[in-house]
Amino acid sequence: MPGPIQSIERAAAVLRLLARGSGHHGLTEIADSLGLARGTAHGILRTLQRVEFVEQDQATGRYRLGAALLHLGTSYLDANELRSRSINWADTLAARSSQEVRIGMHHDGAVLVVHHVFRPDDSVQTLGIGAMLPLHATALGKVLLAYDPDLSAAARRRELTSLTRRTITRTQMLERVLTEVRGQGWAGEAEEYMPGEASIAAPIRIPGGLVIGAIGISGAADRLCDSAGRPRATLVHQVVQAAESVTTSLVDEN
Amino acid sequence: MQRFVMAIDQGTTSTRCIVFDQNARLVAVAQREHRQYHPRPGWVEQDAVEIWRNVDRIVPQALRQAGITADQVVAMGITNQRETFVLWDRHTGVPIGRAIVWEDIRTEELVTELGKKPGLEEVRDRCGLPLATYFSAPSLRWMLDNVAGLRAKAERGDVLFGTMDTWLIWNLTGGVNGGLHVTDVTNASRTMLMNLSTRQWDPMLLEFFGVPSKILPEIRPSTEISGVTTRVVPGIKITAALGDQHAALFGQTCFEKGSIKGTYGTGGFLLMNTGNELVRSKHGLLTTIGYQIGGEPAYALEGSIAVAGSLVQWFRDNLGLIHSAPEIETLARTVKDNGGCYIVPAFSGLFAPHWLSQARGLVVGLTSYINKGHLARAVLEATGWQTREVVDAMNADLGVPTPVLKVDGGMTADHLLMQFISDVLDIPVQRPLVAETVSLGAAYAAGLAAGYWPDLEGLRRNWHLAARWNPAMDARHRENEYANWKRAVELTFAWARSTPST
Ligand SMILES: Nc1ncnc2c1ncn2[C@@H]1O[C@H](COP(=O)(O)OP(=O)(O)OP(=O)(O)O)[C@@H](O)[C@H]1O
Ligand SMILES: [Mg+2]
Repeated sequence: MPGPIQSIERAAAVLRLLARGSGHHGLTEIADSLGLARGTAHGILRTLQRVEFVEQDQATGRYRLGAALLHLGTSYLDANELRSRSINWADTLAARSSQEVRIGMHHDGAVLVVHHVFRPDDSVQTLGIGAMLPLHATALGKVLLAYDPDLSAAARRRELTSLTRRTITRTQMLERVLTEVRGQGWAGEAEEYMPGEASIAAPIRIPGGLVIGAIGISGAADRLCDSAGRPRATLVHQVVQAAESVTTSLVDEN
Repeated sequence: MQRFVMAIDQGTTSTRCIVFDQNARLVAVAQREHRQYHPRPGWVEQDAVEIWRNVDRIVPQALRQAGITADQVVAMGITNQRETFVLWDRHTGVPIGRAIVWEDIRTEELVTELGKKPGLEEVRDRCGLPLATYFSAPSLRWMLDNVAGLRAKAERGDVLFGTMDTWLIWNLTGGVNGGLHVTDVTNASRTMLMNLSTRQWDPMLLEFFGVPSKILPEIRPSTEISGVTTRVVPGIKITAALGDQHAALFGQTCFEKGSIKGTYGTGGFLLMNTGNELVRSKHGLLTTIGYQIGGEPAYALEGSIAVAGSLVQWFRDNLGLIHSAPEIETLARTVKDNGGCYIVPAFSGLFAPHWLSQARGLVVGLTSYINKGHLARAVLEATGWQTREVVDAMNADLGVPTPVLKVDGGMTADHLLMQFISDVLDIPVQRPLVAETVSLGAAYAAGLAAGYWPDLEGLRRNWHLAARWNPAMDARHRENEYANWKRAVELTFAWARSTPST
């Protein structure tokens, strides 16, 4: 077994220090209290600030515990904020792939569509923000399942509703597909949700790797898939790139 | 070798550098916020050097992100927050004080005084704008009157004036070493110093505001900037400049007479293309230059809303009820309506269609029932109702109702707000595939000037619908709510009357 990681221990010590007493400390105070070099303490504080476990007072420059620590278990990113932060890259994905784009987050055992961009062909379409999609039958859903052990465990316990002839309804099969998704870093689906339709999606992560949502395209199966029914490599590449761009944009630039 | 166009969008709160490809697809975006200084109530300032440094960082950053080199950039377009300006020493390049921002209302008294001078009608006729703290000339006059020794220095020709486009172009093209001192017609049309018909600085206007002509840049058409960068990333052609709202009009491809766009950022700005006809509003709108590509300008009518996204920021920073701007929607959705509460955000007085500098903001309809969710709704609804007032004015001026509103800007990510705007206007609201339409418009103008895109028709083909919100509000409910809003606005007038400025 590898030994303890010193920087994590130090980060824990910083959090403990901030959690007691006044809760407000300057950099020097923190470094001195923990016997750390100022540079080391600063690096730890900057990282903790990045993950929002620590906040810095604008006026005094002092550090305190971040609000994110208080609701660690609930939501990592507000759905409306995810839409705001990803809008440019969702647009770009729609423009490059010529398909409609959705961003989904998990909500209540389903995919909640938090953002939707029309297929850029100026045809009449309906805005689908707020819609709920099944986890097991969509590419967005498979991504969310693949990276959330609790969610996939819950899915295993429930009956997988058959929506088309191709919907995955056996848990073992779903398990295999999710392993594949984790291996390749994206998910696909052809006619598992709706006949004639297919979708491709990839994970959106926050710093550290936690998956908080998925971005994907959907459209006619013969457009999205090759003759063998596999998602087209160029489209997969575009989706994965968009997911990476959104992930990068979620890193605070400060 | 694939080629690209670059836009720099120097906004009120941040500066962006965006790279587009030939299909108008966004390839890279780098952004940096700058500080807002509020040295006294009503004063709003920015540090022009900080903004310049931000440009210095984001341009290389955007190139890196796109994975391209400067020689792949065929042209650069500059777009900017309008009216905000800075004065600097021609010989050292050092700013004289901070930039005064368009939201600044320090000249309220000065404006009242100037309003008593003869020739006011003539001023409005020549520049198309009502006398207000919003535009550059009163603030420039304030600087000349209040900074020791400045007027003498300016008259000697040692000082340069520039809106943010001018400041950036001067610096990018060499600064003290031969930097170009130019501006485009759209930016110049916001100073109150340019004559709308001649599109040159107007001697009568300079006289009225007491501004020495030596400090002013040369006015050029939007696509005739013709500079080359020698700093930041040398060797890029700067081919276009235009004010952000004008760039958005262009980016939305509102090329026909009568087409309207609304941009929702710090403020909200609706512009209607009026073609080559200079239309004077009878309903509180501004006359401005839409853009000038080549010889003839396209004119526009504008309805300016001073406070839109900045109210959300105020809610976040000054009240601390949310952590990020988009959370306003989450909070607003915790309740089903405004609970009878209305916020009129007349932070800088009221702009279109009222133009009342003395108005101040208020919250009305408070009962013990009101919670922060209702306030969040009232914040978003304020932008909706202000839009309604402006669209009503445009419809009245034009004589026909506009069938649809094209929108862009950061607030278009707010689903609840976009639906609300559609509801209160009772027309569809459409968002194009590029929400960064300001930057796209600057890129279009720059690319057009460089021959990267052949013509306006080619640009129009790039416009695609990304989202559409259809009206769904009950008509009676809408009219009741609108009546409530109007009553709230009237209360701000009453408040203005009861507290004369000191
Ligand atoms: N989801 C949202 N809901 C409501 N308001 C939002 C949302 N996202 C951003 N905003 C507001 O939109 C503004 C940012 O939009 P944008 O980036 O277009 O402005 P900007 O370009 O910085 O403005 P300017 O050009 O005037 O500086 C901010 O004022 C912010 O409060
Ligand atoms: Mg802007």
